[in-house]
Amino acid sequence: MSAARFRRAMNAPSGSAWPQSETISVAPAAGTAALPAPIAPFAGASWWQAIRARHAIVLLAVLVYPLVATPFFTYQIGGQALVLGLIALSLTLLAGYGGMVSLGQMTVAGIAGYCIAIFGSSAAVHISLGWPWWLAATLAVLIATVAATGIGWLSVRTEGIYTIMITLAIGVAFYYLCLQNYTLFNGFAGFQKVQAPTAFGLDWREPLPFYYLALAAALGGYLLVSWLVRTPFGLALQGVRDNARRMNALGFAVTAHRIAAYAVAGFLAAIGGVLLTWYSGLIVPGSIGTGALLKILVIAVLGGIRHPIGAFIGALVYVLLQTFAMDVLGDSHRDRYNLVIGSVFLLIVLFSPDGLLGWWAWVRRRFARTGPQHGRI
Amino acid sequence: MSVLGVAAVLALSAWGLVDDPKLFIRTALNGITLAALYFVVASGFTLVFGLMRNVNLAHGSLYLLGAYLGFEVGQWTGSWLLAVAAGFAGSALVGAVLQVGIFRHMQGQDLRQTMFTIGLSIVLADLMLWQWGGEIYQFDPPEIIYGRLPMPLIKVYPTYRLVLLAIAIVIGLVLWWFLNRTRVGMMIRAGVDDRAMLAAAGVNVQAVFAITFAVGAGLAGFGGVVGGTALSISPGEDVRYLLASLVVVIVGGMGSISGAALGALLVGLAEQFGLAYAPTYGVVFTFVIMVLVLAFRPQGLMGRAA
Repeated sequence: MSAARFRRAMNAPSGSAWPQSETISVAPAAGTAALPAPIAPFAGASWWQAIRARHAIVLLAVLVYPLVATPFFTYQIGGQALVLGLIALSLTLLAGYGGMVSLGQMTVAGIAGYCIAIFGSSAAVHISLGWPWWLAATLAVLIATVAATGIGWLSVRTEGIYTIMITLAIGVAFYYLCLQNYTLFNGFAGFQKVQAPTAFGLDWREPLPFYYLALAAALGGYLLVSWLVRTPFGLALQGVRDNARRMNALGFAVTAHRIAAYAVAGFLAAIGGVLLTWYSGLIVPGSIGTGALLKILVIAVLGGIRHPIGAFIGALVYVLLQTFAMDVLGDSHRDRYNLVIGSVFLLIVLFSPDGLLGWWAWVRRRFARTGPQHGRI
Repeated sequence: MSVLGVAAVLALSAWGLVDDPKLFIRTALNGITLAALYFVVASGFTLVFGLMRNVNLAHGSLYLLGAYLGFEVGQWTGSWLLAVAAGFAGSALVGAVLQVGIFRHMQGQDLRQTMFTIGLSIVLADLMLWQWGGEIYQFDPPEIIYGRLPMPLIKVYPTYRLVLLAIAIVIGLVLWWFLNRTRVGMMIRAGVDDRAMLAAAGVNVQAVFAITFAVGAGLAGFGGVVGGTALSISPGEDVRYLLASLVVVIVGGMGSISGAALGALLVGLAEQFGLAYAPTYGVVFTFVIMVLVLAFRPQGLMGRAA
């Protein structure tokens, strides 16, 4: 029996590894509670009916946040979490809704970052072309999206865990290319001083404007994914995730759906990549090394890949851990934040396959279960 | 298509041989000996994957861990052979503990296992950086295998690299013997084909899994010491050998030992020839091979059709 058929037979009840991990980890009685928001096409219900109080509260909180927070918290915590969350969101779309765990999302973001450094302006004046920021940004997003589609075209030839291996190999190969090539990617030094532009009378390097720029991008990405997974395309994509053979038999172009998902996810990651490069002001091989590739996966899984909001929760937790681990660990272990983040990630993988969202669902179930009992007493 | 490819490679080789025979032969030897190292590391990776569907992305970390442990033992005892043994045993022990303690409780959840190995690689890399710092370590193996060997045409060649080749061939033969001629090997092969049936036949599958994982991880640690002797050990090597293992098994076909040998040969040669003839784009050659294989034979050169 071939490898893939064997694996399919072992996973027979669900056909894909993610839903199966759910059936194992979540009590059957509560199975529905862990599912993502009800999947109903927007066509029937008005869009505003989907808004709950918690949406309004979160929206208000993220809008007001920079007005009360210090510039450090606005930029380093808020801005960074939103941008990393946007890149992780692209993985959520691929992994959570498409069943394709790609490690290449940071590579796509890195391609966009390199493009904006090459077309725009940077410290490496002999390479950077110095084109206006809007042209450079548009080209960067365009090229990175095309590259993401190419990565998708290669990766969809495989499925499940094979996808991880291939996207990791592609990502690390691109890292070495950037590291060794000096004519285009400027080798180890990379590009410094790739700064956000001054436009519309605002300096987008400032914490406040950058925060709102990142927030707009993140919100746009969140709404795009939330909308997309309810469209016929999104529903078909989830069908492909759950059972590709059946969707194929039903006449859906499975490969085309998967590649299209890579393209959309690549678009999101590209925007995130441009913002991340503006955020840090530089793009170097280290920005797209293995650590960075894994970081996006860690963020997405940490938050939970069953709902788009998980990416942002994961990013916030990650950024907080990265920033404050050294304070908790003391000065002598200030470089040990990878250990902390890795351990938290291991705990999540071991005890909560659905990430922090899974814990949240568990807490809510506990609350719902004990609530009526209190009422009877 | 493939005929054209072979013809192109032969033509290029002929040109290289005529143009600068010394460089060509030296590069070819470098490629083959690097392939030997890649084979040792990747065979463990593919063995574990073949039986347990476990993509062990901490394989590179086990390589580096074995190298460091071997270095410590080598410093302590002064014996290179003991260092090699310690590298193998240390990584094998870690592998067995991981399989028995963690992975057997996640059976059938491929992605979760892979996620765990990713987290593990992050934690292990940081722990090793903590313990051994960022310095570069080097082994000092016995004089007899570390000198230079007179060779025709290129005059001398490092003996150790040829020893590495011999070690890889021996490892390959031992693996072949282990998988084809021993009882445990037969169980492993049966498990690769049909895990459920093997369990139904009364075999203690968990024990077979633990042994396989230990051997696979041990090969990584073994590779760490013998590879660290040829080159050096430093942080970051874990990623390098993880990537090498990934590309080798993707090219060769996952779960196939002979595929690992073929893949290692292709990747090793591509890397060294790329380095010698087109230094900036060396890594692109490896990548092109992977893309071509994926495009025309997604299951790998020796892999069975999915």
